[in-house]
Amino acid sequence: MDKLLDFLTRNQNFVLADGAMGTMLHAAGLTSGGAPEEWNVERPDVIKGIHQAYVDAGSQIITANTFGGNRFRLMLHNNESRVRELNLAAARIAREVADTAPREVLVAGDVGPSGEILFPLGTRQPEEVRDAFAEQAAALAEGGVDFFLIETMSALEEVTAAVEGIKSASDLPIAATMTFDTHFRTMMGVKPAQAVNALYDLGIVVMGANCGNGPDEIERIVTDLAAAKPANVYLIAQSNAGLPKWKDKQVYYDGSPEVMADYALKMRALGVNVLGACCGSTPEHIRAMREALGL
Amino acid sequence: MTETRFADLPAELQEHYLNMQDDLYDGAKDEVVEATRQALEWGQGPGAILAHGLVAGMDIVGKDFGAGILFVPEVLRAANAMKAAMEILRPLLTETGVPKIGTAVIGTVKGDIHDIGKNLVAMMWEGAGFEVRNLGINVDADKFLAALRETNADILGMSALLTTTMPYMATVIERLTEEGLRDRITVLVGGAPLNPAFAEDIGADHYCKDAAEAVDTARKVMQLRGGARG
Repeated sequence: MDKLLDFLTRNQNFVLADGAMGTMLHAAGLTSGGAPEEWNVERPDVIKGIHQAYVDAGSQIITANTFGGNRFRLMLHNNESRVRELNLAAARIAREVADTAPREVLVAGDVGPSGEILFPLGTRQPEEVRDAFAEQAAALAEGGVDFFLIETMSALEEVTAAVEGIKSASDLPIAATMTFDTHFRTMMGVKPAQAVNALYDLGIVVMGANCGNGPDEIERIVTDLAAAKPANVYLIAQSNAGLPKWKDKQVYYDGSPEVMADYALKMRALGVNVLGACCGSTPEHIRAMREALGL
Repeated sequence: MTETRFADLPAELQEHYLNMQDDLYDGAKDEVVEATRQALEWGQGPGAILAHGLVAGMDIVGKDFGAGILFVPEVLRAANAMKAAMEILRPLLTETGVPKIGTAVIGTVKGDIHDIGKNLVAMMWEGAGFEVRNLGINVDADKFLAALRETNADILGMSALLTTTMPYMATVIERLTEEGLRDRITVLVGGAPLNPAFAEDIGADHYCKDAAEAVDTARKVMQLRGGARG
């Protein structure tokens, strides 16, 4: 049995993951448009502090700061030659926090979208994207992640490229989420049930929904996922903490810790196995979720 | 130059344009290009083909996208078909000197790579008669400002798809104010995580939820500006 499934089994098939990284970095002073992954090297103390705060709040999975750690995204910041360096650093920071935690904590290597549209709809060849994900995965594995978390995907073609790329670089388990933020489908039109079938065919058995338009929409999406999933599939839910608002020159999300505590109970009742949160969530939200769940 | 109203066209031309709109909706690029050539052969002006075939067709695509009937892949295929037809029409439009209704600068903000919606808006604006400077992705405030000055633009369109990049729109708007440009430029913003309240709070003039709305809004902006000038 792989490490992730084993971890789930030992925890009665319900674990609490972490919350947002990006919005936490903004709160810590990352300028908008700046590269979050650079901080793995420039401000490792901040990254470590965020992971630690999530562990202290009750997270049993922490996610390395590598959402935009593929060469296509890093290119925006002229960092495309630093894929290995930035992913390795991120994985090591998270590993260190996990290894000193008072309970077992797994490290997820975060694999976000390339931002590219694959041929024939777009111009990017699938092999190029696959290579980029393989490069990122190799560094994450070297840095000591326990499994890969492909997240925020909207195109099945790209998830396929990510799974294939990761598998070519590492034997570690792979979990995947897609973002159903467009009329309860992904931006590319993928329905929850379609996602379940496609991911399952790729050999993914830990899958779900992240980001999106807040807990209310996720509830309907997870209901659809639960109805469509084969019995041996584990579900992930990572909702944003409400919707983005603007105050005092900063983005904040309008979902309070209480709102997210309520979301946590609903998700568990729907059969979610890995529960976390996405944009706008903080260790406070995760703590409120843990307390509500009685973990 | 005012194009003949659709209702005043002969029945066979109306049918031709309706078929063209259907082909555009289906993303049938070759058919749309062929229909464009056919209409030119029949003596239709480039402005009329643009208005009755392409823009009218993309309006339907845009509305169905907004309603969740179409999703990004279908919209992209339709946009590619329109783009191919525009390659034929653009030189002719320049030749015939179709008057510009305004000038717009558009880009995806710094740190962000997503450009599907933004490119669609750029194309729809062009189709609607705007001169459009599309700055691409990962655009910083300096680049926006330089382009706005160079083109003496009326409208600035900004797109962001990430929580971590949407605040940069506020940064650009602040710079517009600092440099004394804010009053003469109408700022339109869009992107998946945005909402009208957010747009208002960062000081944008309008939030546009999709490309069709971005075109309507830009047209209205120019009407108001024209009215103010006149």
